[in-house]
Amino acid sequence: MSIMTSIQRLSALRSLLVALALGFFCTPVFAAGAPDTVRQKELLHLLKQDCGSCHGLTLQGGLGPPLSPGALAGKPATVLSRIVLDGVPGTPMPPWRALLTEAEVDWLIQTLIQGRYETR
Amino acid sequence: MRRGNVIPWRRTVAMVAAIAGVGLVSAYGAAQRLGDLGVVVERAVGRVLVVDTVRRQRVAEIGGLGDLSHASVVYSRDQRYAFVFGRDGGLTKIDLLRARIVKRVVQSENSIGGAISRDGRLVAVSNYRPGGVRIFSADTLELLADIPAVYGNGRRSKVVGLVDAPGRRFVFSLYDAEEIWVADLTDPGKPVVRKFRHVGRQPYDALITPDGRYYIAGLFGEDGMALLDLEDLDAGVKRILNGYGRGQRKLPVYKMPHLEGWAVAGDYAFVPAVGRHAVLVIDRREWRQLGQIPVHGQPVFVMARPDGRQVWVNFAHPRNDTVQVINVATRKVIRKLTPGKAVLHMEFTQRGEQVWISVRDDDRVDVYDTRTLERLASLPADKPSGIFFSARAHRIGL
Repeated sequence: MSIMTSIQRLSALRSLLVALALGFFCTPVFAAGAPDTVRQKELLHLLKQDCGSCHGLTLQGGLGPPLSPGALAGKPATVLSRIVLDGVPGTPMPPWRALLTEAEVDWLIQTLIQGRYETR
Repeated sequence: MRRGNVIPWRRTVAMVAAIAGVGLVSAYGAAQRLGDLGVVVERAVGRVLVVDTVRRQRVAEIGGLGDLSHASVVYSRDQRYAFVFGRDGGLTKIDLLRARIVKRVVQSENSIGGAISRDGRLVAVSNYRPGGVRIFSADTLELLADIPAVYGNGRRSKVVGLVDAPGRRFVFSLYDAEEIWVADLTDPGKPVVRKFRHVGRQPYDALITPDGRYYIAGLFGEDGMALLDLEDLDAGVKRILNGYGRGQRKLPVYKMPHLEGWAVAGDYAFVPAVGRHAVLVIDRREWRQLGQIPVHGQPVFVMARPDGRQVWVNFAHPRNDTVQVINVATRKVIRKLTPGKAVLHMEFTQRGEQVWISVRDDDRVDVYDTRTLERLASLPADKPSGIFFSARAHRIGL
């Protein structure tokens, strides 16, 4: 029994260590949250071409409201991220949660707020 | 002396005429081929390509057209001029023969399409901001009338689904106000507007049947469509296809469907179901739903080949690499094609032997034979979206 217990303890300790190690290596990546450069390019393409089908290619608005830095001024990033992830019921704004991660949406929102996209 | 003056003058005239003549055919052949031409919108770069549907080639480019997201095009009766409606309120008249801009006006902050009157004299533009419709002279693009879409307590509604109708009328839907308006422009300076209220939640687009009789608006906010008989306005707006989803949960809609033209074949009409992987089949005598055809994704365009024997369907993001072909007689999908990433639009040639498909993310326009369903040609284009052939000049509702 006591041997079993010590094995169990050892195993528990090992699991904890693995978890800690994983946490150590993974946390900074997720905390920074920034999609890699390849994904960033895809997200910018999505922003312009697909978000653009309702918000306009230059994000000056269409069926959906404008998404320019001026239009978003004063709106908390967390609220905006939530709108993208969960959509706005009763409007055509769909929830993007099935297609985008929270980190990707946060990155898109920062991109929009800071106007870091090309509008030609 | 006198003779000496006259001859150089005549020579000059002859030379000018010769140069003008050369100009007329310089770009890509003769004026009599206008019926074979069309334009492809390169929306991100504010340009259209002029294409030849017989040679399957690009023949010219016309740039400087502004923000062309969701751009659409109507034609003058002679097929020579195309009117391009941009997102940024730009209305541009282009000359396909000379491959150049004739005139361009920025008539609002944000717009969504337009129509040309049957007599070819009036061009109407529907605007999101400021919400309403503006009417222009097709000849000069001079503003003739302004119809603000005011409702409720003086608010302005976005306007969608603008079409031309018999009797010099334009019909359109007010997205926010949930109304359909019929504007009579017999006297262009004094539009007479008849309004139909409570047509249904969030009309998002509309079409007119090829016989010019029925105006049908699709509803985003509920399962159903709003039908108006333009020969019997007193009958009012009738709701059709109520509850077509039968309580099924709607999927998130990543791209709004479009109602363009009318996919009609015999007694059947085909329309996209909103938020569902289905094409609805309607009995067009009684406007009753006959059934639905399961398809690959949420339909965006549902277009009938001009002879009405096939219906071609493309799909919303993220399932937009595919096109399906439906056999009208059996109402079954007979072929699934995967032209490439982000298929945005399809356009048939006059009699439907070819269909041109824009593949946005692959920067191509593909041409398919609609009988063999094989690809015939492929043309490079920068993020192509809408394709509009000059044959539209002679078709009601396009």
